[in-house]
Amino acid sequence: MSMDLNVKKATRNAFRITSKRGMTCIRIRVPGGHMAAGYLDIVKRIATDFGNGTVHLTIRQGFEIPGIPFERMEEVNRVLRGLLEGIEAKLGIEIPDWEGGYPAAGTRNVSACIGNRVCPFANYDTTALAGRIEAAIYPNHHHVKVALTGCPNDCIKAHTQDFGIIGQAEVEIDPDRCIGCEACAVNCRRRVTGAIEMRDFRAVHDSRRCIGCGECVLKCPTRAWTRNPTKYYRVIILGRTGKRNPRLAATFLEWVIEDVVLGMLRNVYGFIDEHIDKSLPKEHLGYIVDRVGYPIFRDTVLKDLDLGPKGRIAERLDFHGYWYERDCALK
Amino acid sequence: MNRQDEYSDLNASFRFSVLEFNALFTSLLEHFEIWAPQRYAARGRFSDADSIGYGPIHSPNEIVFDEKSHFSSKEAVFPVSETMFDLLGDEFVQAEDAQRDILVFARPCDINGIERLDDIFLRNGSVPDPYYQRRRERIRFVLMECAASFENCFCVSMSANRTDNYIAAIRWNSEHVLMRIRDKTLLSLVPDNASPAEFIPEFVEEDREPIGLPNGEKLEAAIRDGSLFEHDMWEEYTARCIACGRCNTHCPTCSCFSMLDIAPEPESGFGRRRRVWAGCHIDGFTNMAGGHAFRKDNGSRMRFKTMHKIHDFNARFGRHMCVGCGRCDDHCPEYIRFAHCIGKVTRLLESGDHE
Ligand code: SF4
Ligand code: SF4
Ligand code: SF4
Ligand code: SF4
Ligand code: SF4
Repeated sequence: MSMDLNVKKATRNAFRITSKRGMTCIRIRVPGGHMAAGYLDIVKRIATDFGNGTVHLTIRQGFEIPGIPFERMEEVNRVLRGLLEGIEAKLGIEIPDWEGGYPAAGTRNVSACIGNRVCPFANYDTTALAGRIEAAIYPNHHHVKVALTGCPNDCIKAHTQDFGIIGQAEVEIDPDRCIGCEACAVNCRRRVTGAIEMRDFRAVHDSRRCIGCGECVLKCPTRAWTRNPTKYYRVIILGRTGKRNPRLAATFLEWVIEDVVLGMLRNVYGFIDEHIDKSLPKEHLGYIVDRVGYPIFRDTVLKDLDLGPKGRIAERLDFHGYWYERDCALK
Repeated sequence: MNRQDEYSDLNASFRFSVLEFNALFTSLLEHFEIWAPQRYAARGRFSDADSIGYGPIHSPNEIVFDEKSHFSSKEAVFPVSETMFDLLGDEFVQAEDAQRDILVFARPCDINGIERLDDIFLRNGSVPDPYYQRRRERIRFVLMECAASFENCFCVSMSANRTDNYIAAIRWNSEHVLMRIRDKTLLSLVPDNASPAEFIPEFVEEDREPIGLPNGEKLEAAIRDGSLFEHDMWEEYTARCIACGRCNTHCPTCSCFSMLDIAPEPESGFGRRRRVWAGCHIDGFTNMAGGHAFRKDNGSRMRFKTMHKIHDFNARFGRHMCVGCGRCDDHCPEYIRFAHCIGKVTRLLESGDHE
């Protein structure tokens, strides 16, 4: 079928331009990578009624449903209403047109490890926070990738994202419940940072070395160690893959509360608006910051945010990665 | 430490509205320090999980009536960590104890558990343990009736489902509280217009999964000829148990402790002796009280614990140490079921396979 298609419009509506002429692929969002199983029926219906009957699970924890002819986009959008109402609107996101499909696709699905609903290591409910972050930043056309992980194990690989949110537990010890078994100290030394020392048969915490993983709480047989119920986060930023300079994210903030995370993410869009190179078809956040410099980025995204008594900011960003063009080590 | 005699002549039951009960509680606080199972919100092992344990409370709303506490009431009488004495140069200063009587809200298994501790601390040697004794003498129980057994409970199998050791018993629901009172002080605090009631606490009479205890004679025989100790059933636990010690720390009847000495500082001469909970499954102790040698492989520790809980203690004191509260099973991260282990020993002896 010959076709005149506004490609930009389709892309912003979460339909991809694909390697098959005339065929598109819809990107389904699943914030936090978790949803009621019933929504799979809608995914299945789109795949069987409009696509080629297959579904691809993406690294961002969404679905891509391929093999949809472009002319069926409107029909697909009408079916998507079930997901928009059931998932996005429930998170508080305003959907301008119920039958118009996804209002934006630039800001990607907020992904998350399974978190404390399942994982014993997790320091918070990643699914719930992913929903609140989705509500804070979506819909938006700027390309931003956020991933949440319950602990520094980083099962979601937040180190390859623009923003990685790692749960931190402020662990507290009740010295009168410590029996000196050393389980916490041995474990922290072997598996984490060695932030616990035994002194006079009691565990003593060195909060400067502590990364808030919460392992000591898991190990302690007497509940001498507990987590302070306030949730804290380490924010790692500007990790990326890609064809120029893949690199792991670097720590930007430590020990900040949820309000700081949400406020910072909201502020990111103003920074991009102001500094993006509009002559390029697309410029990723990491490259914008490389160009503009860390201090401007830092001051813009943290504007008017109170980091609280525990919050800490990186003096500089320390990236580990490489440049394809400079990699001459191969023969 | 039984006070049955003291109780027998006094016996009155009341029905209190929640408001009336709150008022009574306030007057109780003037006479007693009150310990009860309470919720430590978000202080559990996993994030956003609560821990239910014992500590002093100041309002009846803090009492957790409808769940089994994670840690037992033994902390009220046998603290996790306790200073015994300080050394100040040549001076020896025994740690002071508080004076107030303590009212402990506890279920039958917990009261029975403390009675087992009484056996060990007060009746084991020629002299009662003074630190335990002085605290124990301040303690009275308010029996919390169990409406039904909780997951993993097997108190009926261990004959620890009943107790008569209480100065008050309580049945709670969200509208009212039934209370049986057997103590003069308590009775004097009840207002004259309180509604009388017919209330005698009931006890759970059936375990969800009854545990068959080993036949005594067969057990003796298998211990004497070494066949039970040598049996390969324990090897499974060497592979499964990670020696985390939770089965000991959550147990109401584990009574082992370690003495920890802070050697006197050269300058000030300050030194201190503390004792802290220990346990046969917990690593790191060389000086466990009670003379138990350090047991290395985890299967042997399991065997030692099993024998202690369902044989050795009984041989000495005439009742089993284990009260079947099931907390070891509730909290074992490796899903090792002690109740199942007891059943295995029983079946082994019945089948004669250990011979
Ligand atoms: S990152 Fe941590 S919390 Fe999340 S799944 Fe992995 S281990 Fe669990
Ligand atoms: S939270 Fe982690 S790093 Fe901090 S003391 Fe505990 S085990 Fe060590
Ligand atoms: S694990 Fe708990 S009891 Fe053991 S040394 Fe650490 S704080 Fe003390
Ligand atoms: S051994 Fe287990 S069931 Fe028995 S009293 Fe101890 S914790 Fe309770
Ligand atoms: S709780 Fe389980 S794993 Fe831990 S020491 Fe006891 S039996 Fe072993």
